[in-house]
Amino acid sequence: MLRRLLSNDLPRSKVLAVLLIAVLLGLAFAPFVFPGVKALNVAAKILVFIVLVASFDLLLGYTGIVSFAHTMFFGIGAYGIAIAATRMGAGWDAVAVGLACSLAVSLVLALAIGLFSLRVRAIFFAMITLAVASAFQTLASQLSEFTGGEDGLSFRLPEIISPSFEFSEEPFLGVSLDGRLLCYYLLFVVAVVLVLALLRIVNSPFGRVLQAIRENEFRAEAIGYRVVVYRTLSAALSALFATLAGAMLALWLRYNGPDTSLSFEIMIDVLLIVVIGGMGTVYGAAIGAVLFVVAQSYLQDLLRLGSEATGEALGLPWLAALLSPDRWLLWLGLLFVLSVYYFPTGIVGKLRARSSAR
Amino acid sequence: MNLLELQGVHTHIGAYHILHGVDLAVPKGQLTMLLGRNGAGKTTTLRTVMGLWKVAQGRIAFAGKEIGGLATPQIADLGIAYVPETMGIFADLTVKENMLLAARAARRAQDMDEARLKWIFRLFPAVEKFWNHPAGKLSGGQKQMLAVSRAIVEPRQLLIIDEPSKGLAPAIINNMIDAFAELKASGVTILLVEQNIHFAQRLGDTVAVMDNGRVVHAGTMADFSADAQLQQRLLGLSL
Amino acid sequence: MSLKMDVDWKPLLLVPALALLALPLVGSPSTWLTLTVAGLAMGMIVFIIASGLTLVFGLMDVLNFGHGVFIALGAFVATSVLGAMGDWTQSQSILANLVAVLPAMVVAMLVAGAVGLAFERFIVRPVYGQHLKQILITMGGMIIGEELIKVIWGPAQIPLPLPEGLRGSWLWGDAAVEKYRVLAVVVGALVFGLLAWTLARTKIGLLIRAGVQDREMVESLGYRIRVLFVGIFVAGSALAGLGGVMWGLYQQNVIPQMGAQVNVLIFIVIIIGGLGSTTGALIGALLVGLMANYTGFVAPKVALFSNIALMVAILLWRPQGVYPVAGSR
Repeated sequence: MLRRLLSNDLPRSKVLAVLLIAVLLGLAFAPFVFPGVKALNVAAKILVFIVLVASFDLLLGYTGIVSFAHTMFFGIGAYGIAIAATRMGAGWDAVAVGLACSLAVSLVLALAIGLFSLRVRAIFFAMITLAVASAFQTLASQLSEFTGGEDGLSFRLPEIISPSFEFSEEPFLGVSLDGRLLCYYLLFVVAVVLVLALLRIVNSPFGRVLQAIRENEFRAEAIGYRVVVYRTLSAALSALFATLAGAMLALWLRYNGPDTSLSFEIMIDVLLIVVIGGMGTVYGAAIGAVLFVVAQSYLQDLLRLGSEATGEALGLPWLAALLSPDRWLLWLGLLFVLSVYYFPTGIVGKLRARSSAR
Repeated sequence: MNLLELQGVHTHIGAYHILHGVDLAVPKGQLTMLLGRNGAGKTTTLRTVMGLWKVAQGRIAFAGKEIGGLATPQIADLGIAYVPETMGIFADLTVKENMLLAARAARRAQDMDEARLKWIFRLFPAVEKFWNHPAGKLSGGQKQMLAVSRAIVEPRQLLIIDEPSKGLAPAIINNMIDAFAELKASGVTILLVEQNIHFAQRLGDTVAVMDNGRVVHAGTMADFSADAQLQQRLLGLSL
Repeated sequence: MSLKMDVDWKPLLLVPALALLALPLVGSPSTWLTLTVAGLAMGMIVFIIASGLTLVFGLMDVLNFGHGVFIALGAFVATSVLGAMGDWTQSQSILANLVAVLPAMVVAMLVAGAVGLAFERFIVRPVYGQHLKQILITMGGMIIGEELIKVIWGPAQIPLPLPEGLRGSWLWGDAAVEKYRVLAVVVGALVFGLLAWTLARTKIGLLIRAGVQDREMVESLGYRIRVLFVGIFVAGSALAGLGGVMWGLYQQNVIPQMGAQVNVLIFIVIIIGGLGSTTGALIGALLVGLMANYTGFVAPKVALFSNIALMVAILLWRPQGVYPVAGSR
């Protein structure tokens, strides 16, 4: 039964299986095991990123397409909820409308981009998506009446998932049973369902054709598969999942702005996670997202310590500047470049290789 | 003395093992024909010599010097000119620019060897006629002549030519045969891949026949021409 | 001696066509003139930056997504150099100003070129031939570069004021034409002229033009094209540095993210122009510059989209750009 649930895509490595189970349990019981507001925020962010990166892996790892427009769909999902909730007030109808509209917009855009990819080479396509995403970000900050401009939109959610809602006076196992907790578990369930769905997609005949196209487009076309159609479908699916991830983010933060979901830094984060975790594996997204988000959240504190220590104790201002937590991205960039060179198959790939080598 | 020698050369292209131990000797001052059916590995052999494909195993020696691991520009530098099957003409450049590029010692068009150019113009009049035209506008035969002209615009020790007569009209082929005969007479060593029988018979001094990535017969053209049974067996036809 | 027997002149008409199209939309001829000069100036600066990138791609099939880092580097270096030459920049004399600006440009080019050399060696060379990794790694390189700029110069915006003598405008009738913009057009034209002359009249130019079409054949003729490639990469980086200085002076300030911002513009330009074509890059850059200025005046909200719309329109006409390079890949 587990096989069917995972669509026959087993971890194929004991270490990986253990890690995945640990991640699953960790996330499932996060509110109880890791107390504190920050920890819960980190866990929620992990859930969102797992879905976001897994959807990107469908496009990059399985279909072989590099697109920098992924954050655009992420943003559309987040803004959908944000705008609907702002205009229609806190309620499930707002969530439904926002979700439906954002999915529709994403679908249309993804189809347009996908069909356009027939006319241009892969490199062109990457550049064009970069331009489009950049334009979209500018658009979001310019259409202030609609999107709240640079400041973004703060909004309220259906009562049952708002922090103010408490369905039990007394805390359970040290955790107050409020709407926030429910919201978290809503995200958890959605994330699990979406990941399983992605596993189903990539292991279906459709997924196999995508991989065939990735390996040898010419041959796939010669056999009779219309490459454009498959690529467009893949782009559409990837975009829809990203949109859902955006909606998840908006529900958690109860806020959205151009930097929250559309920033280029997020695109880089996604790229980094998918490369480190392992392209074309889906599980790579999960492992990578956990590692990355945890590191990002807690390593910055470490950097701050390091920066202050070297700055004051050693009196080396340039070293302090290098280690400043604001320069987190520098170390990220280095890690990114190194992992493209030395970990081309990612963590999951390496674990599986070691497992099958025995 | 052999100007070019291959010993047990293996070449892989991606996952495919194309050359399975090629032994080839190209005597100096002679014209060696490399014959064989389509897919026998003739072009791959030439490309391996030029360093365009890597040698997986075996030795390649040019004038006694090992060239197996060298980069293509270095190999060309040693005095080898290569005319690929696709001719390698730069379509957007003029005929003059194509020739200038091949004339490594010349910095500008005026620096090219006048006498040598005259000789080339005599062999291939089309090259002179279309001197300032974009090379892409030439006909197939004219492009082929340009490709060969490029290879001889400066003195080279060895010419490696891949199917120069492919797709050409018989009259032009005769032209080309005469030109090659003159080249040979001037002392250049030539390794020629050809499917055209006429070419082979008239020009070849030595012959090597390839099949399935190996050289299955090597000897003089005279002997080969005389043995109709051998020809039938190796090539499926008689010369 | 002519370059080609028949020149493909249609794309050349695009630039004047756009300019003429804008005239009725803008309304007043004097405003149109100001905008046109501004557009040409911006276009020329973008061309300077884009020319190196398109040649590098055409020649070696390497797309440097991190080209923007050289732009930012050049601009920041200029702030340091010009900052140190206060006496010269405060002077009203254009000559004195140039004594300050020219070294700034030269130093910026040298620094950008040197960093380009390191970039090619450590970031680009290991992934030669693998497009996917190239995209990822060069992007990573740009991030690292941007952060290092923040470490050296700080993360905030730094003003880059024009030297006194170069400020202000000349008045032609009703139209005000900024002095600096005219200078930008002149510099851009010089760069283009130099590039065009090198490509058409020198042997190196011949090598580049041939290499863009058939790299293997050029190697078979005995030329070490890899060395040439490194040279082009360094030259392209240096040009980007120069462009960065000019862009910084155009905007009168510099920020570390400017590389990433201009990156998008450059990609649009070389896609329009055709990857590997210098003339195409010029046309693309001029179109983009003009478009940005015209729409900035006529319909500001649409400005950024106008460039993308322009790109889409051109690709629908010629999917490989206006001057596709005949490559045998």
